[in-house]
Amino acid sequence: MFFDAEVLQITLLSLQISALATGISLLIGLPLGTLLALGKFWGRSFLLSIVNTGMGLPPVVVGLFVAMTLWRSGPLGELQLIYTPAAIIIAQTVISAPVVTGLTAAALQTLDPRFRLQLYGLGASRLQMIWALWRESRLPLLAALMAGFGSVISEVGASMMVGGNIRHQTRVLTTAIVLETGKGNFDIAIALGVLLLTITFLVNWALTWIQQRAARR
Amino acid sequence: MNKKLIFAFLILNFAFSACSNTTPDNPKLILATTTSTQDSGLLDLLVPIFEEAHGYTVQTIAVGTGAALKMAEEGNADVLLVHAPAAEIALMDAGFGRDRFLIMHNDFVIVGPADDPAVIRSTTLAGEALNNIASSQTGFVSRGDDSGTHKKEKSIWASVGITPAWEGYIESGQGMGATLIIASEKQAYTLTDRATYLANQENLDLEILVEGDEVLLNVYHVMTVDPDNWENTNYEGALAFANFMVSDEVQALIKDFGVDKFGQPLFFPDADKTDADLGI
Repeated sequence: MFFDAEVLQITLLSLQISALATGISLLIGLPLGTLLALGKFWGRSFLLSIVNTGMGLPPVVVGLFVAMTLWRSGPLGELQLIYTPAAIIIAQTVISAPVVTGLTAAALQTLDPRFRLQLYGLGASRLQMIWALWRESRLPLLAALMAGFGSVISEVGASMMVGGNIRHQTRVLTTAIVLETGKGNFDIAIALGVLLLTITFLVNWALTWIQQRAARR
Repeated sequence: MNKKLIFAFLILNFAFSACSNTTPDNPKLILATTTSTQDSGLLDLLVPIFEEAHGYTVQTIAVGTGAALKMAEEGNADVLLVHAPAAEIALMDAGFGRDRFLIMHNDFVIVGPADDPAVIRSTTLAGEALNNIASSQTGFVSRGDDSGTHKKEKSIWASVGITPAWEGYIESGQGMGATLIIASEKQAYTLTDRATYLANQENLDLEILVEGDEVLLNVYHVMTVDPDNWENTNYEGALAFANFMVSDEVQALIKDFGVDKFGQPLFFPDADKTDADLGI
């Protein structure tokens, strides 16, 4: 089955799901991480420790809770999302959003506070200031993005539970590897593993290239 | 801590083996079996008795039948407890197995939603039931993992000349428990072994619709890996386990297993029968 239409479909689905989940995580994590890094409000460090704990969420636990929510018997059962790619995207977003949020907060907090004062002094608006801070920490922010993507493209527990590993529908590279190993097709399993590593490498290579080009500017 | 204990245990084992003949030379035995025997809890009952009586430490690896047979072929297991007779015979013929004993059977059943949209409840033949499901294009969840259950499903499709490929026919690629949950959620049909269905019944919105057809028998054999191919295999232990499984004591335990919990046995002992008695 290697290098045929099915492998291509599984690979593209893996990429689409994990890229979308990482993208949504960025939309959540960038503003939330910025708020946690720069905001001054009660309970900020408590929230930050929750986010930091979330960076190590076990995917199977996320899978279990998302599955229980989406099952027909669950609170969101009427949406009929269980065993669809959307369900995997939801679970993967829950896994990667804390990673992106936590690393964004850490990146912004390493900036020299005097830089903010200087920006205020130059008459920057709040939005202009945040934009300048993001530009300034674009290297660690891209690293946050890579870590977020890495945490979901390699994840199997949640995808298996909420996706169901259904052929042509929700089978992704990691769940296909589990299946082929279970069948005793170790050669195919290894080939899929190499494919997964190659894809992860290519994505990170592209992001690192952008990052390092940014570093030189 | 644990490693030290095991080490101490091994030293003790060596010390005792000098003066006792119940401890074997090679006490490590790898049993490759299917998830269905593991999930039912039968091995949790039998393996400790075997370990106690014969001095072996059994490492039970529960995988799909396909992987279990592969493990035998590659010398990664010493003894198998599996349920795919045709594939087992092929492995014996290829010279990878030495002894093969009939142990027990249970049966497969076709389960589905109570309202039975494909009208299979009235059928008695499994092939006819699958035919109805295919012609009405209702949902069916296949294991799709090359397991013993999947092989059985494929053989029934083949017997009625249908290649299942419609929108509602999906492959889960997972174990029986997970596949039953998917079928329940999708209100689709599936083929399952009775033991796994009974064990999960309370979480499922599915009913047994077809049972009792002879082709639905699920027959388990124990098979020793031929030591001629791989010198590191533990043939002595494998044969001891095979003989243990056909012993009167174990056959009696199999007969009663599950009755207290489910009100019916999960497996039926067959050591006194032949394959022909079961129609295979």
